[in-house]
Amino acid sequence: MITYIVRRLLWLPFLLLIIAFTTFALGLYGPGDPVLVMLGQHANPEAADRVRHELGLDRPFLVQYADYVWKAIHGDLGESLKYRGQPVGRLMVNRLAVTVQFNAVVMAVGLAVGIPLGILAALNRNNLIDYFIVLLTVAGISLPVLALAPIAMWFLAARFHLLPSGGWDGIFSRQIIMPTLVLSIGPAAVFVRQTRANMLEVLGQDYVRTARAKGLREYTVIVAHALRNALIPLFTIFGLMLGGLVGGGIIIESIFGIPGIGRLVWDAFTARDYPVIMAYTLLVAVAYTMANLFVDVCYRFVDPRIHYG
Amino acid sequence: MAGEKVEQRRRWREFWRRFSRNKLAVVGLGLVFMMFFTGIFAPWLAPYSYTDQNLDAVEQMPSLAHPLGTDELGRDQLSRIIWGARTAVIIAPTATFFGVSLGLLFGLLAGYYRGWVETVIMRFADILFAFPGILLAILIAATVQGRIEAWLKGFEALEGFVKAGFAQVLVVIVALSAVGWPGMARLVRGQVLSLREEQFVEAAWAIGARPWRVIRHHILPNAMVPIVVSVSMSMGGAIVAEAGLSFMGIGIRPPTPSWGALIIDNYSFWRSPAAPVLLWLPALIVGAMVAAFNFVGDGLNEALSPG
Repeated sequence: MITYIVRRLLWLPFLLLIIAFTTFALGLYGPGDPVLVMLGQHANPEAADRVRHELGLDRPFLVQYADYVWKAIHGDLGESLKYRGQPVGRLMVNRLAVTVQFNAVVMAVGLAVGIPLGILAALNRNNLIDYFIVLLTVAGISLPVLALAPIAMWFLAARFHLLPSGGWDGIFSRQIIMPTLVLSIGPAAVFVRQTRANMLEVLGQDYVRTARAKGLREYTVIVAHALRNALIPLFTIFGLMLGGLVGGGIIIESIFGIPGIGRLVWDAFTARDYPVIMAYTLLVAVAYTMANLFVDVCYRFVDPRIHYG
Repeated sequence: MAGEKVEQRRRWREFWRRFSRNKLAVVGLGLVFMMFFTGIFAPWLAPYSYTDQNLDAVEQMPSLAHPLGTDELGRDQLSRIIWGARTAVIIAPTATFFGVSLGLLFGLLAGYYRGWVETVIMRFADILFAFPGILLAILIAATVQGRIEAWLKGFEALEGFVKAGFAQVLVVIVALSAVGWPGMARLVRGQVLSLREEQFVEAAWAIGARPWRVIRHHILPNAMVPIVVSVSMSMGGAIVAEAGLSFMGIGIRPPTPSWGALIIDNYSFWRSPAAPVLLWLPALIVGAMVAAFNFVGDGLNEALSPG
């Protein structure tokens, strides 16, 4: 088990090196010049060259890359080009706090709505309640955030003035309600679909029939025997979403003006602020890898049939 | 020969009987046909050109002359939606085709040859998975955009295509295929790994069949169902992804209409009374097409899976 975890973790540095290299190359060969964004399109070429030299952007590609890696190993992710003098690390941490809080709320809502609806649908298999829930699920999975957001904004903010149209004021504010509503529909739908499918499968198992035959109350059969086993596969989805927690929604954060990490990256992209973009891709890669590892390791404890070499 | 034809027709009828048991799948298929029809015949269906501006009639509510109203430049919304279908009809199948072909190739190689081939390919797929998807698509699109435009300009005859936004379409296709293949590769590899343990594959090896023959005649046909289903679903995904790229200002740019670009261009109308036609309609069309492709995928799964 320990060997397995160590082996998986040893891959991480290589992954980060390659990802950093790719992002670096795409940044260097991509269009747009951070210095020109900084100084304006009609900047004095000499001044631009001077700034480029100060920032070390005139060095050969591999030298810049090696320098970046060397500093990153020592915990220095460089300075933002857009917000001059701001270390990328600190910039990210502040924004990350917002994104993680927001996404945690979204996931909590998704789980709190998705699992009960999934159970309800499974217990009412093939009657009206089930069809209604399944239809909602299909709509929830299909409608992209980009489509839901304007409709929600029109009804809740423009037409009936129920909620503010955007902004951020912590997780206990009115501002968070609408983005949460829009963003949690997708995860909730995924949880409904999975819970329903798993419940239906588990309810057909012998041990559920045995439990019923023993004369247990239906509530005990559903909760203690069926539900426990039906929820295990949900764990994978949940774990992987956990990895996506730090990624933030670039689109949703821009639409609703949430000052999270997605917004930061979007601003960084328009300003060609590559240190920030680099740090973001590395962060997402670490989160993704760790979430995968976490899921795989936990699975072993949840499902003793699984063995890793 | 005649018997073969009868057999084929019988199979099709059996397929359709099982597919049409799923009513939603039939509805989805209808929507998909409508999208392709609208996209292919856009020039004949659209009442106006998608670039025709009429500054005397901007932001109009639906009327007889403009059934879906006009946007802030007085362009006919119905015509723009119809032309948007053409963009979708070009992008979704092409991006899916390239993404699936790459994924199929790498997945087959990895699953069939195992060893270092598998390690290299799957590690590469891992790396792409760990990248934040939309950001990678943006970075790739931004990087190849100038190159593709410059390259196409080199061909005199293609000048018109570049002006018609063909270069942007190509950029989106490249970006989406590059991001899309690892998922397919994983799926195919998984299929091949389980199939290569089957006795009929072993039997094929035993009689000395070449690798290509084993893949073509024994592995691929048996791995086809999940592949076909995932092709259908990734078509819907491509339409959404294109909208996401448009939102980032990458890919399809005005005046070329795409459903994604229509949502983005009209986003500032979110509080206007015209929002339902200018903004919601393209948004709902995107959602409906995603649902349609998912339904078709479900239907195919039920119709093609044995049992």
